[in-house]
Amino acid sequence: MKPVSAEEAVAMIPNGASIMVGGFMGVGTPERLLDELVRQKKSGLSLISNDAAVPGKGVGKLFDGGQVTNMIGTHIGLNPKAQQQMLGKQITVDLIPQGTFVERIRAGGCGLGGVLTPTGVGTLVEGGKQRIDVNGKSYLLETALRADFALVHAFLADYVGNLSYALTARNFNPVMAMAADTVIVTAEHIVPVGVIAPDHVVTPGPLVDYLIANG
Amino acid sequence: MDAQTIIARRVAQELRSGNLVNLGIGIPTLVANYVPAGLNVFFQSENGLIGTGPIPEQGMAHPLLTDAGGRPISALPGAATFDSAMSFGLIRGGHVDITVLGGLQVDAGGHLANWMIPGKMVPGMGGAMDLVTGAKRVIVAMQHAAKGKSKIVAECNLPLTSARPVDLVVTDMAVIAFPGGKATLLETAPGLKVAEVLAVTEAELAIPDRVPEMKL
Repeated sequence: MKPVSAEEAVAMIPNGASIMVGGFMGVGTPERLLDELVRQKKSGLSLISNDAAVPGKGVGKLFDGGQVTNMIGTHIGLNPKAQQQMLGKQITVDLIPQGTFVERIRAGGCGLGGVLTPTGVGTLVEGGKQRIDVNGKSYLLETALRADFALVHAFLADYVGNLSYALTARNFNPVMAMAADTVIVTAEHIVPVGVIAPDHVVTPGPLVDYLIANG
Repeated sequence: MDAQTIIARRVAQELRSGNLVNLGIGIPTLVANYVPAGLNVFFQSENGLIGTGPIPEQGMAHPLLTDAGGRPISALPGAATFDSAMSFGLIRGGHVDITVLGGLQVDAGGHLANWMIPGKMVPGMGGAMDLVTGAKRVIVAMQHAAKGKSKIVAECNLPLTSARPVDLVVTDMAVIAFPGGKATLLETAPGLKVAEVLAVTEAELAIPDRVPEMKL
């Protein structure tokens, strides 16, 4: 783990990169990194995020300035700007079931080619996918999902990058921290090693490439 | 009693002590207000919490403790938090006893459509498809008709949420189940006759010999 500033971290993300961003309706989202993505005017981003939050909050900020080209997520209904951009065909949005979304990312981080899920069988979601029967039950083959960068928000980070999370701000963060080539983390508190007991570490330090240092 | 209250109170009667329950947004959320006293029910919020409590008092909200819509909630004693893989493992894995969801249409075979109106409303399915596919019991809580048009239809013309039929539909006019895959009228709302329900129901309903009124 290397401590860096938000400015330095975001400077590493090229235009057109794929980014996974933790958070659920903006809760548990690394806001400082999103603010910096806006400030550095990164464009053509492929966003992998559960939802589009709301304008001005979380990943919603990226839609305000038209920085997203395509998105994979589960729900964009509370962000009118993302909806408009999708319906106006300025962006493409691949909407998938939330359980499938998280399992595809988990597969991507765990070295699996994909997962078999019953969710979506016999619905629009099945389109173009392989149906596989196992022990008499039908499943869809959903392939693994990875990104160039994962932008993760933790509650506590220690000096070696061990992370723990708080309440409902955990959501997709620990899963995404395993599924990207480069993992960049913001934390509410940076604490000495030992403050997070080994049993309470959720994301082990070696998974973290960069931790945003206190400014 | 208004339509939403009728629905929420009737659905609450389906809950049993020890149940793990997931409530969708809209009318389903109101069910939590009518849990019978002394019943110990665990409510799951799919953003990562079992043990959701009421909206906190003024000044007591925590920005990292919210429901799936991002609104502040509280956590009850015995609550547990977890990541989204665990949350949907619980849902898809059959560990959730009951899910209560809103609906746009339910058809005569019990199929639910509740996540999109092509060309008009395309918000995304969020967790709905996993909930209908994986929960042990699926209850739909919705108005019987919208703008005079029956939401209990012969066949859904909106995209299905799951191929798996739901177990129970509770509306402001009726309780409907699907024994043997056939929509069957179990109860009517207080003061409503069977014929009045049938008059605003597009789907064909089987009518048992005795159809009691809901006891609210």
